Amino acid sequence: MKTTYREAMRAALRDAMQRDERVFLMGEDVGSYGGSFAVSLGLLEEFGPERIRDTPLSESGFVGAGIGAALGGMRPVVEIMTVNFSLLALDQIINNAATLLHMSGGQFNVPIVIRMTTGAGRQLGAQHSHSLEGWYAHIPGLRILAPATLADARGMLWTALQDPDPVLIFEHGSLYNVAGELDDDAGAVDIDKAAVVRHGDALTLITYGGTLPLVLEAADLLAAEGIEADVVDLRTLRPLDGQTIMDSVARTHRAVVVDEGWRSGSISAEIAARICEQAFFDLDAPVERVCSLEVPVPYAKHLEQAALPSVERVMAAARRAVGTHG
Amino acid sequence: MSTVRNQVIRDQDHALHLLRQMVRVRRLEEKCIELYSAAKIRGFLHVYIGEEAVAAGVMEALEPDDAVVATYREHGHALLRGVSAGAILAEMYGHAEGCCRGRGGSMHLFDADARFYGGNAIVAGGLPLAVGLALADRMAGRRRVTVCFFGEGAVAEGEFHESMNLAALWQLPVLFCCENNLYAMGTALGRSESQTDIALKAAGYEISAWAVDGMDVLAVEEAARRAVDAVRSGGGPHFLELRTYRFRAHSMFDPELYREKTEVTRWMERDPIALLQGTMQAAGQLPEDTWAGLTADVDAEISAAVGFAENGTPEPVSELLRFVYSDPPDAGGAANPGGAATPGGGAGKEGAAG
Repeated sequence: MKTTYREAMRAALRDAMQRDERVFLMGEDVGSYGGSFAVSLGLLEEFGPERIRDTPLSESGFVGAGIGAALGGMRPVVEIMTVNFSLLALDQIINNAATLLHMSGGQFNVPIVIRMTTGAGRQLGAQHSHSLEGWYAHIPGLRILAPATLADARGMLWTALQDPDPVLIFEHGSLYNVAGELDDDAGAVDIDKAAVVRHGDALTLITYGGTLPLVLEAADLLAAEGIEADVVDLRTLRPLDGQTIMDSVARTHRAVVVDEGWRSGSISAEIAARICEQAFFDLDAPVERVCSLEVPVPYAKHLEQAALPSVERVMAAARRAVGTHG
Repeated sequence: MSTVRNQVIRDQDHALHLLRQMVRVRRLEEKCIELYSAAKIRGFLHVYIGEEAVAAGVMEALEPDDAVVATYREHGHALLRGVSAGAILAEMYGHAEGCCRGRGGSMHLFDADARFYGGNAIVAGGLPLAVGLALADRMAGRRRVTVCFFGEGAVAEGEFHESMNLAALWQLPVLFCCENNLYAMGTALGRSESQTDIALKAAGYEISAWAVDGMDVLAVEEAARRAVDAVRSGGGPHFLELRTYRFRAHSMFDPELYREKTEVTRWMERDPIALLQGTMQAAGQLPEDTWAGLTADVDAEISAAVGFAENGTPEPVSELLRFVYSDPPDAGGAANPGGAATPGGGAGKEGAAG
């Protein structure tokens, strides 16, 4: 069937609400407004205000309440409008959701799912354009998902809800309108493995989330130049599926990591380090990285685009990697 | 010696029970200080000495399946909620027999059987959890109550205000118990709040709130019963400001530069244990041998708890990485499914999958 990323997310929410009465959605403007990105549009009418629960603008309060509800036996899906606002809930996410199981010696797990929009590219300025999913992936106790495809938008939520521990789902704002074909019977997908979404032997392009489309575009253009790339969609940023990355690098001997986060201390840094630790002798070229420039994301379109990973920068990095002979 | 509100104690056995509960907390913590000095306990240690009437009174109003959320000054709450003194002390020893298998320590006591949700060391961080626990009960149609303890320092935090609003907006079955001991670490209430009437702040959120003499265990119990009954019968959130005082330093590292000794002495004249003891004695309800028997029983309990902790075993380092994520369902409680989970070795679950 023809669908969009947004509709696939909505279908996932509807399915979860129908299958498990403990599931409810809570967040700012998820009900009457229909979700600030229209993901939950129509669900209030279908499930009522108890289960499609509008909250005040109090991120720490309602994320903490979600954690408490999870401790109390519910399966909350908490929507934070954007990752930028999740900073107001960091205490609850990091000090409570990520630590309670361990601090309590295994007594209190926190089966919460927290969804949020992430990323730049829409001329929203610095305070609405952060890509902090790699930063959250630093935290033990959390599972970090970045659905980039329609199948993952449709399938990751249910699997996340089966996880006994906190799961954060990062939905890149540029993906909601992506349209495509999805199997009629599409359903839950695994949330453990990275996926090789394009096959080639010249190099490995590693990315996730919002930059997957531009990496695939770059891979097509590179193919026209005779450079066939493996493209790895990480899908899950914590725990990282190192095996899929290393298997690909063992074949291609070259790797470029593409990440909308800033370069310093980023998930791309972690991946590059792991490749160096685990696949050093497979490499024929230094690991390349294409990240956002280290600047608060600016408003003006030409400045913003210059700050973000682009098809051109990915291609240039790929050419450097392929042109190097170790 | 002043007495508790000139009350007539009608139920002598119950008063004796309350007295015992407070003495249990006092003796446990006096022992904690001793063990800290002996370097058996490390980390931060915050004692509740002087404030025992608050936890003792409030816990009386709860049913076994109610939930409790507390702070980092929670040894007394844990004990009176049913966590054994042995499990508490063993936790402070970092032993496998501790209530959190040595991962929490003094500030992070938890117990699933007691529905005791910590042991939260971020000031005000427990309030949203309590709101959520109450939300779960409301959505599931259970007539349970969640009680949340926090200090007056928490009212300056945003999470306090967010939680008050959510609880009132959604009319959730939660009782907020503000333990107002006048100092947020070393900062006096008047130096940190423009409005020092804390109950008034809660009332501003349309929450029924009132102040209680937190040194009078009978008054605390009475107020807590009234509030818990109202919450349980669908009356929405309630709020008690329990006016109390911490007799000891904030923690083991506090030189107490911020308050006068005379102020401490003045409050110690209203020691909650001595107050109830005095009232009972004046009424002829606490014969000397009854008191002696009570303290002997408590001393025996604490002594046994120390023995339990002393004889415990350190949580094995091979278990270190366990409980970062839940054990897989088929693990059957076995050790970390990552296998040889040695810290820093990179071969454990995190090394492979983190």
